[in-house]
Amino acid sequence: MSSTLSKIERRTAYTLLLPAVCLVFAIILFPIFANVWISFKEVGLKDIRIPEPRAKKIVKNIQDSNFELKIIYKLRNSSLIQDIREVRFSDKLPKNIKPVNLDKRCEFKSQKVKCFFGNWEAGYRENFEIFVKNVNNNSIKSEFLKSNKPDLKGKSNNILLTTDFTLKNFKNVFINNNFFELLMTTFYFTFFGTLGAILLGIFAAQLVNQKFYGRTFMRSILLFPYVGPVVALAYTWTLLLDPNSGTINSLLVNYGVIEKPINLLGQKYLIINILGFELKLRLALTTVIFFEIWRYFPLAFLFILARLQAIPRDLYEAADVDGAGPFRKFFYITFPQITAILSILFMIRFIWNFNKFEDIFLLTGGASGTLTLPISVYQQGFAVSNIGMGSAVSIVIVLLLITFMIIYFKLIGKKANEI
Amino acid sequence: MKFKSLIITLLASSIFLTIIICIWKILATLQGLNFTNLNFNLNLSLSIGLIITCVFIGKKFNHNLKIFILSLLFTILYTFLNENSPMWFSVGIFLLILFFTNKLKKYDLEYLNQDFISEKIVFEFLSLFAIVFFALVILFPFYIMFVTSFKTQTALLIDPIDLSIDFSKNIYEIFKSYFVIFKTYDFGRYILTSSYVSVGTVLITLLFAIPAAYAVARLNFFGKTFLSTSILIIYMFPAIVLVIPLYTVFSQLGLRNSVEGLLIVYTATTLPVAIYMLQGYFKSIPKEIEEAGLIDGQNWFGIIIKIIIPLSLPAIASVSLYVFMIAWNEFLFSLMFLDNPKTFTLSRAINHLTGDAETPRQYLMAGSVVVTLPILLIFIYFEKYLVSGLTAGGVKG
Repeated sequence: MSSTLSKIERRTAYTLLLPAVCLVFAIILFPIFANVWISFKEVGLKDIRIPEPRAKKIVKNIQDSNFELKIIYKLRNSSLIQDIREVRFSDKLPKNIKPVNLDKRCEFKSQKVKCFFGNWEAGYRENFEIFVKNVNNNSIKSEFLKSNKPDLKGKSNNILLTTDFTLKNFKNVFINNNFFELLMTTFYFTFFGTLGAILLGIFAAQLVNQKFYGRTFMRSILLFPYVGPVVALAYTWTLLLDPNSGTINSLLVNYGVIEKPINLLGQKYLIINILGFELKLRLALTTVIFFEIWRYFPLAFLFILARLQAIPRDLYEAADVDGAGPFRKFFYITFPQITAILSILFMIRFIWNFNKFEDIFLLTGGASGTLTLPISVYQQGFAVSNIGMGSAVSIVIVLLLITFMIIYFKLIGKKANEI
Repeated sequence: MKFKSLIITLLASSIFLTIIICIWKILATLQGLNFTNLNFNLNLSLSIGLIITCVFIGKKFNHNLKIFILSLLFTILYTFLNENSPMWFSVGIFLLILFFTNKLKKYDLEYLNQDFISEKIVFEFLSLFAIVFFALVILFPFYIMFVTSFKTQTALLIDPIDLSIDFSKNIYEIFKSYFVIFKTYDFGRYILTSSYVSVGTVLITLLFAIPAAYAVARLNFFGKTFLSTSILIIYMFPAIVLVIPLYTVFSQLGLRNSVEGLLIVYTATTLPVAIYMLQGYFKSIPKEIEEAGLIDGQNWFGIIIKIIIPLSLPAIASVSLYVFMIAWNEFLFSLMFLDNPKTFTLSRAINHLTGDAETPRQYLMAGSVVVTLPILLIFIYFEKYLVSGLTAGGVKG
């Protein structure tokens, strides 16, 4: 009895789960594995389109004849890279119209011109002509002929499904493309972006956890940068920081803080002289990190605030009796209470910042030393049009991500469940 | 002891006052006032003077009268010492000082004589400073976005700092950017597409997620623990690693440039978090209620529709708002999948505007306002639900 019940229960569960699991499998898991396949292939953006035989139909009158017309089909292989095999052509002619001196490759049957063109190599072009005349020797209207479209069929290889593999992409990723610098930029961006967001989040949470007039308002606006659409915010910041007539540069020049506008997003290095030492600051990268901090500190704030509000009040009351000031209260009571959530936040935010694409893409497009791994996927895949390379970089990201997750679950997986 | 806390009060409060006066001055510059010097030292000395007077008068005088007279004196002195400034600027200064001296209410010599007071004082002014800092840093870009959309190209080129809105023009002239983006750039269509995609994503996600979450929360089946952990792990994989395979497959299937393709992808990427959030809530519903439903002869479909959904409306609202926000703000997939202006979403359309370097920035900002305003209004109105959605799904972003 119980076994039938549990069988029914199991079957119900699978029915309920099936649609969601299928969708997630098709759109998330399948692409992750497909990346592995594509990364071992030499595929460009152009190769994705399956080659098709195409024909453009032109109807022309012939001089000195009202009864005959010439139809020109401009035939071509749509792909410049791949062949098409066994191309077949067919076009229907209107009633009473018949081809004259038909090409050897073709035959005329039941008002249809059918041809077999054989193989077309990549980039193949041909002007294929047929002459037609009216059986009753009447004149022909050319519009009449144009109305029908020819039908072409051919076989071709889908380059994605062939089995020739190469290690070229990975060789390119690791050797030719300054992989070390790419990795360092990504880590620099991720580490400081995460750290800054969490520090700012602690300040904001500590602030909102006090009582003051306008506290709820403050709490709402603190979440604005995260809730707003990234496109709008990134472009607003680009305009704010613009070297020509951007608000911030103009204000700084106006108040004499700087002499010339600084291209905060377009300048790779800023050289600072401190006591005779020359310091090279990655300027554009730093600006992007600041934007990142600005946009994502609200999340850290939200988590830390939730934790702060759960700290028992009597701890602070006891500290008051001992005469501890607010700073001591923070370091001796608050901070130990939030370290667990901070470490979890750091790991999770680290993983997410590591994958961040939109923010950098919209601000600098990866120029001026802000090229990170996710931007590199886009650049290789779509700017350089090398899909295989893009996939290879994706694989690198996935592998690093899995490493982070293993570290995460080893270090704080158990703690996360407790909170 | 008394002397130390007096010095600390002076330092902390005068720096704070100077900074807020400077901020007010910078904001006034953006309204077209022609200041070129912040007069930091002058402000600082004026502030110190004000604070010393305030502390020494202490409670010997009626508080309201005291702050009113002090603020008035300070404002007159300030206006006199500074470059010519209009009335509204001075009124702003007056209100700032009024607010500030009111904050200083409890500070008198007696108060400063307490134990451990200096730490408290520093903390209090640091908090005040933090409020101003956060409000400014967050709202300033939004303010610039909004104000720039009302300017004209020439005005912005002549004086990029002056962002004041010229109210002497007629309404059409003021809102010109908005008329242009709706007429020339077809933003009406993009708003519709974006709404359609976002609402569609919410509905389909709920349709798929509610049954799945119910199964995870309530039913026993083989592979349950594996499934619940993999939900979170799948959620950690970013869109950027999915983009290339999806792009190739969608190109070959002809799903690119279609809103339906976008709907499928958005739904799939938000499903894990939706299931995760909902199953947590479903678990908190007492099992006895469902058992009562079972006795009444309901099958699982009836239980979900008649018991689970009505009881978990708050959680469903959170999930819906969170998913709506994700879909409305999404950029990467819309950039990859949409090339045809007829299928653009708002985010993609704004990105398309910037592709042409000639596009005036006020149009860009008007477009940004159009995409930002709805989501901010929804956030403010449904803050409670969206915040719980953000907290649950907020590991991502």
